[in-house]
Amino acid sequence: MNAARGIETSGLASWGRTLRAPQLAFAPSWRDELPATLRAAVAARPGHGVLAMGLRRSYGDSGLNPGGAVLLTPALDRAISFDPTTRLLRAEAGLSLAAILAWMVPQGFFLPVTPGTRHVTLGGAVANDVHGKNHHGAGTFGRWVRAMGLLRSDGGEHVLRAGDPLFAATIGGLGLTGLITWVELELLPIASSVMEVEDEVFEDLDGFFRIAEASAGWDYTVAWVDCLAKGAALGRGIFSRGRHATTGGLKAVEPPRLLRMPMDAPGFALNRLSIGAFNALYLAMGRRRSGRLRQVPYLPFFYPLDGIADWNRLYGKRGFFQYQSVVPPAAQREATRAMLTAIAEAGEGSFLAVLKTFGALPSPGLLSFPMEGTTLALDFANRGAPTLALLARLDAILREAGGRLYPAKDGRMPAAMFQAGYPAWEGFREHMDPHFSSAFWRRVSQP
Amino acid sequence: MTRRVLILGGTSGIAVATARLYAAEGAVIGLVGRDAARLAEVAADLTARGATAVPVFTLDLASEAEPAARLAEMRDAMGGLDDVLLAYGLMVPQAEDERDPATARRTLDVNFTSAALWALAAAALIEAQGRGSLIVIGSVAGDRGRRKNFVYGAAKAGIAALMEGIAHRFGRPGAPPGIRAVLVKPGPTRTAMTAGMDRTGGGWAEPEEVARIIRRAADTNRRWGGPIVYAPGRWRLIMLIIRHLPARIFNRLDI
Ligand SMILES: Cc1cc2nc3c(=O)[nH]c(=O)nc-3n(C[C@H](O)[C@H](O)[C@H](O)COP(=O)(O)OP(=O)(O)OC[C@H]3O[C@@H](n4cnc5c(N)ncnc54)[C@H](O)[C@@H]3O)c2cc1C
Ligand SMILES: NC(=O)c1ccc[n+]([C@@H]2O[C@H](COP(=O)([O-])OP(=O)(O)OC[C@H]3O[C@@H](n4cnc5c(N)ncnc54)[C@H](OP(=O)(O)O)[C@@H]3O)[C@@H](O)[C@H]2O)c1
Repeated sequence: MNAARGIETSGLASWGRTLRAPQLAFAPSWRDELPATLRAAVAARPGHGVLAMGLRRSYGDSGLNPGGAVLLTPALDRAISFDPTTRLLRAEAGLSLAAILAWMVPQGFFLPVTPGTRHVTLGGAVANDVHGKNHHGAGTFGRWVRAMGLLRSDGGEHVLRAGDPLFAATIGGLGLTGLITWVELELLPIASSVMEVEDEVFEDLDGFFRIAEASAGWDYTVAWVDCLAKGAALGRGIFSRGRHATTGGLKAVEPPRLLRMPMDAPGFALNRLSIGAFNALYLAMGRRRSGRLRQVPYLPFFYPLDGIADWNRLYGKRGFFQYQSVVPPAAQREATRAMLTAIAEAGEGSFLAVLKTFGALPSPGLLSFPMEGTTLALDFANRGAPTLALLARLDAILREAGGRLYPAKDGRMPAAMFQAGYPAWEGFREHMDPHFSSAFWRRVSQP
Repeated sequence: MTRRVLILGGTSGIAVATARLYAAEGAVIGLVGRDAARLAEVAADLTARGATAVPVFTLDLASEAEPAARLAEMRDAMGGLDDVLLAYGLMVPQAEDERDPATARRTLDVNFTSAALWALAAAALIEAQGRGSLIVIGSVAGDRGRRKNFVYGAAKAGIAALMEGIAHRFGRPGAPPGIRAVLVKPGPTRTAMTAGMDRTGGGWAEPEEVARIIRRAADTNRRWGGPIVYAPGRWRLIMLIIRHLPARIFNRLDI
């Protein structure tokens, strides 16, 4: 039927919008169509392979397959079963976390782990083994996956569970082990959809580590850093911690999108001046509410950016890079300081700069990004060579510190950087589906 | 009171999105369609999402000789009926309709003839019980014939006129106040029907957006809108303009 016919399109970019390339897109709607669709996709682009594509919230090229075929999953969004006593939800892999929340929050269940946007699919959350503000207590998303279905290009459909080597390869497996058809996830019980939140301003990087340590008892922690601050103020920002309240009712609150970026912003919209002004204002607002316990709905707490549709267009036509690193505990203070110094000196970086400590819980995937230490995530408008030069400087600091970069956010890391950060990558290869590939993988697996 | 809705075309993407809104309300949802396995998948989804019951009826809707009798049976099996949503449809490339009369006939039968007969039967049932809503999905394609899909468009224009007539009858002085007939005209929507098109540009709606409008249209007590509802609403203005374009401009447009 329709789904077995691909459409050639250059309109499928990733969130960072730096790469536009033709791909042959297949859009199946039913699980029974998947084997035939996958066969057709493999046959249509011999040598280029296939890749599953969720809601395209990955920033770089790990979710793109230029010249090859892609299987769009968002129409595969049906629930298969839910048992409130075991809290196990089994659903097709294209179901979005936003849809799960809208449905489950009124019934007193929440996602065990959620990234900073709710517009991602179950399949995408597994394939990047995503993390959230509760990493220190809950670990990654994959730790809550009890089972999943995986369709391979040889036609075999596997049911994977912990202990199966293909399970460990598929979690955080960047979509390269086959097509995830369904996911079974353990949900978290909540008594209220309200969050108890406390913000605290810290004046430098040491302040961040001090509050982070003192906040281990909070379910959710994250910090915003002023990436333009230098000298004594280097690493200042606002630490935010939260937990699910016990009163306040269970409301899904799915508000209409308030704002939408109607077009690409002009290149000058995000320059040093406007970001500096923004950061100063934001910090001043943070100072006013610092140390005060507040009650806020869960949506703005977890997903502040989801209120502005297509906010990625703020970075203009050339798109932007995101750079998310993690540094192990031994080097976290030095390396974070060095990276923030380099960014402040270059005057690059943007309003969106996030700092968080990851806990010691092991990630279940062979190629999972999170490990114990400190993670720093920043956006950089794509200004061409100067931007890439700064990122290369950050790479050097990171490698020295034994850290690594998050593939979901990456569109340019050198192969050597990836291979050093993910020593399991060679063993991972034997679990890959021979007909699956991505731009990212072709890049980072080079000798 | 548990709401009871019967969906003709229970595997349609727009219908499934609408059914989920009913499921969240704890409704009883009857699904009618041809593909038993897919209907069972939809039923599982709706059950997990809170539907009180999801009876499934396997039927080829385009070749049913006795729609009134089938409707009555389904109503009885569901323990009553409030809303009927007619969502099934078929769109093939226009060239195939033009090449092969059997294909054109199929397009007309599925989208108009059979749909009209089901709508007539449902209207009679709703009027007889004195309450309920009949919602039929038409299309903006029915507003003005375009060379790209005017056979499908003609069928959708026909069902629009039929629904206007039913709404006119339902609205006559002295008719029961709790009955309602609405034709919903979606613009291009991302469902299986359009899976073979490039849908990356603007102008496309998600089935959820269309579903919210359909669900609202079914509420008799709110008297929301007239008998023709566009989904999303902006298509009303767009189609008004397109309908009034002089032929010499319209002919040059490749739409
Ligand atoms: C504003 C914003 C905030 C974010 N915050 C966080 C955060 O806090 N923590 C975090 O970890 N991430 C974060 N992310 C990244 C995001 O969570 C991941 O990129 C996620 O994987 C995106 O899911 P998706 O459905 O959009 O998948 P896509 O981006 O479309 O695809 C991601 C990968 O999953 C694979 N994939 C998708 N579906 C399947 C399937 N069915 N079978 C096999 N492979 C599949 C793709 O091949 C690709 O490799 C954020 C992104 C944004 C835009
Ligand atoms: N998508 C759009 O862009 C768009 C725009 C305007 C209007 N519409 C209209 O919206 C309605 C819903 O379509 P959709 O977008 O949801 O598409 P869809 O997902 O393809 O749904 C169409 C459904 O009709 C069913 N059907 C077709 N012939 C049938 C028959 N003889 N008996 C029983 N079922 C039959 C199909 O079932 P099977 O699985 O058995 O084939 C399918 O589930 C249709 O009336 C369509 O014309 C759609």
